[in-house]
Amino acid sequence: MKTTLSNTFAGTFGKLTRHAAAAFALAAFAAAGTNNDASPLAGTAFAKDVEILNVSYDPTRELYVEYNAAFSKYWKQKTGDNVRVRQSHGGSGKQARAVIDGLRADVVTLALANDVSAIAEKARLLPKDWQTRLPLGSSPYTSTIVFLVRAGNPKNIRDWDDLTKPGVSVITPNPKTSGGAQWNYLAAWQFAREKFGGEDKAKAFVAKLYKNVPVLDSGARGSTTTFVQRGIGDIFISWENEAFLAQREFGKDKFDIVYPSISILAQPTVAVVDKNVKRNKTKDVATAYLEYLYSDEGQDIAGKNFYRPTNPKFIKKYEAQFKQLNLFTIDDKFGGWAKAFADHFADGGTFDQIYVK
Amino acid sequence: MQFITDTSSKDPPWLRRVLTGVALLFLGAFILLPLASVFTAALEKGVAVYTASFTEADALAALKLTLLVAAITVPANVVFGIAAAWAITKFDFKGKSLLVTLIDLPFAVSPVIAGLSFVLVFGLHGWLTPEMQTELLAPLAKIARSGADAGAVGEWFLDGIANWLEDPKIIFATPGIVLATIFVTFPFVARELIPLMNQQGRDEELAALTLGASGWQVFRRVTLPNIKWGLFYGIILANARAMGEFGAVSVVSGHIRGETNTLPLHVEILYNEYQSTAAFACASLLALLAIVTLVLKSIVEWHFNNVKRAAALNTKQKFQ
Amino acid sequence: MAFKLKQKSVLPGFNLSFGITIFYASLIVLIPLAAVFLRASGLSFSEFVAAAFSERVLASYKVTFLTAFAGAATNAFFGLILAWVLTRYRFPGHRVADALVDLPFALPTAVAGISLTAIYSKNGWVGEWLDKAFGLQVAYSELGIYVALTFIGLPFVVRTLQPVIEELEPEMEEAATTLGASRWQTLYKVVFPQLLPALLTGFSLAFSRALGEYGSVVFISGNMPMRTEITPLLIITKLHQYQYKEATAVAAVMLVASFILLLIINLLQRWAERRTK
Repeated sequence: MKTTLSNTFAGTFGKLTRHAAAAFALAAFAAAGTNNDASPLAGTAFAKDVEILNVSYDPTRELYVEYNAAFSKYWKQKTGDNVRVRQSHGGSGKQARAVIDGLRADVVTLALANDVSAIAEKARLLPKDWQTRLPLGSSPYTSTIVFLVRAGNPKNIRDWDDLTKPGVSVITPNPKTSGGAQWNYLAAWQFAREKFGGEDKAKAFVAKLYKNVPVLDSGARGSTTTFVQRGIGDIFISWENEAFLAQREFGKDKFDIVYPSISILAQPTVAVVDKNVKRNKTKDVATAYLEYLYSDEGQDIAGKNFYRPTNPKFIKKYEAQFKQLNLFTIDDKFGGWAKAFADHFADGGTFDQIYVK
Repeated sequence: MQFITDTSSKDPPWLRRVLTGVALLFLGAFILLPLASVFTAALEKGVAVYTASFTEADALAALKLTLLVAAITVPANVVFGIAAAWAITKFDFKGKSLLVTLIDLPFAVSPVIAGLSFVLVFGLHGWLTPEMQTELLAPLAKIARSGADAGAVGEWFLDGIANWLEDPKIIFATPGIVLATIFVTFPFVARELIPLMNQQGRDEELAALTLGASGWQVFRRVTLPNIKWGLFYGIILANARAMGEFGAVSVVSGHIRGETNTLPLHVEILYNEYQSTAAFACASLLALLAIVTLVLKSIVEWHFNNVKRAAALNTKQKFQ
Repeated sequence: MAFKLKQKSVLPGFNLSFGITIFYASLIVLIPLAAVFLRASGLSFSEFVAAAFSERVLASYKVTFLTAFAGAATNAFFGLILAWVLTRYRFPGHRVADALVDLPFALPTAVAGISLTAIYSKNGWVGEWLDKAFGLQVAYSELGIYVALTFIGLPFVVRTLQPVIEELEPEMEEAATTLGASRWQTLYKVVFPQLLPALLTGFSLAFSRALGEYGSVVFISGNMPMRTEITPLLIITKLHQYQYKEATAVAAVMLVASFILLLIINLLQRWAERRTK
């Protein structure tokens, strides 16, 4: 009696489960399949439709929307092929990690050279000397770090040492989770090193600065919200392009931009991911895509979207927008990203030291 | 309706008022205010901007993916949840507490770690790398391809499957998102059913068996009606969480616009791109989706109550 | 094997249901989590200690566990009232209130964090008032974490209790009243013990969910090292720096701790069940 009962039960129930499972599995595959069927493998044979995936970081969306349209037009004229550029945006470090773990990016356009190097080192998807393959260390456009203060600059903030004064509240994201915040940290460090002399003095200065930081948001956008919408802090250390965006978004009369006496030349870097373009058969179009960033049209689009062009002609064109600044590079003052990262942001680096005694 | 309120009438009016007041105050402070602030932010720039935000192509693609993921995840977890609750509540075996705890575990795992665990299994440096996946699935791919070439039923469907099998993508594609979502919603249905079925005991099922019902009949006629509310709450919770999950999905998605962004990921990206109005509009859409599920629940509940009341009236009349 | 494992029962379907459960649990939970533990085991003992028990990580365990516990306890208390009110009473807007309970699941956690911060920061709807009336700073403090964790945990308690309240047999309460018990005595001595197992389940779910929460907390906590930095944030930080082993080491500690806590609660719950029977 018992066996028959359990058999019937198992039979009916089992059948149901199997049907259901099969249906779900099919649905999942079909969905994945549809995503896939426009892939280069299917396309290149006759239709000459090409797709590439550009894995980028957060604030570049508008830049690449405009640039992708321009590049498609250019590529169509040159080769007759239709190219569709798919975009992925996210925190720079997180995006690099996705590529390392198998996100099949044809090109990466990230915030720091260090993130691209990580892809070269951890996953060997591109050679270690990737930075030499394109002009200017593979950074077609640059940016820098500026101060965003409340309208009229009530606390009279002029330079980095004003940020350590008592009663000044500073907003900057956590350099452990935000690539942009690492530029901020290093710029402050270099200022102190020049003004007071020596690494110890610089560390003491930076420690004092971070005592004035009431909130360490995990990303640049979170910090912007804290400063702009929550009304916390007197000064926000920001990417130049983000400061412009904040002014545009929330009103020019609400915030002023202050340029410190010295700042860092932030160099977002771009690279073709060799192993992925080989697998996707997209090497030519991916390479052309990055090279076109250095063309007149590419430089113009960068300038329009608040990134500093590198071509002298367009530096001149956007002269009024971007103030001339005393800028240093990370290679000159910190011995490159790998070293700067190990000294300051790795576990037990200077940033950890200023919080844990 | 009257049928239900019968039991509540035993609480004295002052107690009812105090409890209702406390409950609503708590709900207002912790739930209603955030919801109101989402809608305020979403409608900040007017209704036109609001609707444009989620009728835009990328938002629609994200919505579609979110619904697809929920449609796969929830039924899978229903089957599992019923099986697990049946095994745990209808039988005594060693290590039961351990098994129950194992079912709870996905709640305790940080969603980010949940996502990461799938990356560690299926990623480029995982246990089952993409190359191995291609190799393993190659025979299946051949069958599907020959089926598609022969123009078998649903050619486009087979073609889609064949394309996927030839170049399988798990992580940073839909299957990975589904897996991560199943992980985080794994305990919901089971966890709703276990306390309920425990409280109900086994007597009714045993009685039905004695009366000669088959195992399947016992389940369908005795157990299922008893657990339907728990099952329902479980489905609603699993569904809401499946559509709203962020952390785990974020790790395995790859954030490709219009392809692997679910609605919650799309919200975050919009927010990070200074489009906070659009971000909150999409967030309010998610809240609305949850409310739609709840409306569906109310309709079903109302229907069942009617049936229940009719049945009760019937019995009453018989005895009179 | 299963037959030795379990005691005799005439009910059918053990092999099938137990089989499905174990198979599915292994595939979805055990194998992926094993990958996490194996990755962490690549560390030497001293490296493991350095990663998982440094001063800063210890401080984060403290704030994470305390706020999660406080949030879950708050939800257990108010959730019980809410579940009772929503199941037993009918009032205008009853269905709307019921619908609102699921909101924490439906809102992406980041949105929840941003909205809660907006409301509870010094220039927010509630934060301004709290600041002026009591000098309380909610956003960017431990209190903020507590608010976020209370928000995300509420549906667990309410939705676990609701079906059990729904299934309570009115005869029990009627019998108690007939025997001369006051309404309060009935609630306390008859109803509450029956709800206790589900309440414990709800509490443990809310608690364990709160331990792992990241998305909403990072916006409201301020993330100050040693003070309001939660453990999941430290895990993410380590992941960002490609330290998978160290990240998984911290995650493993959290996992073992919450597994033990959950196990204790599940044992408590079985004890409570046996007592009522």
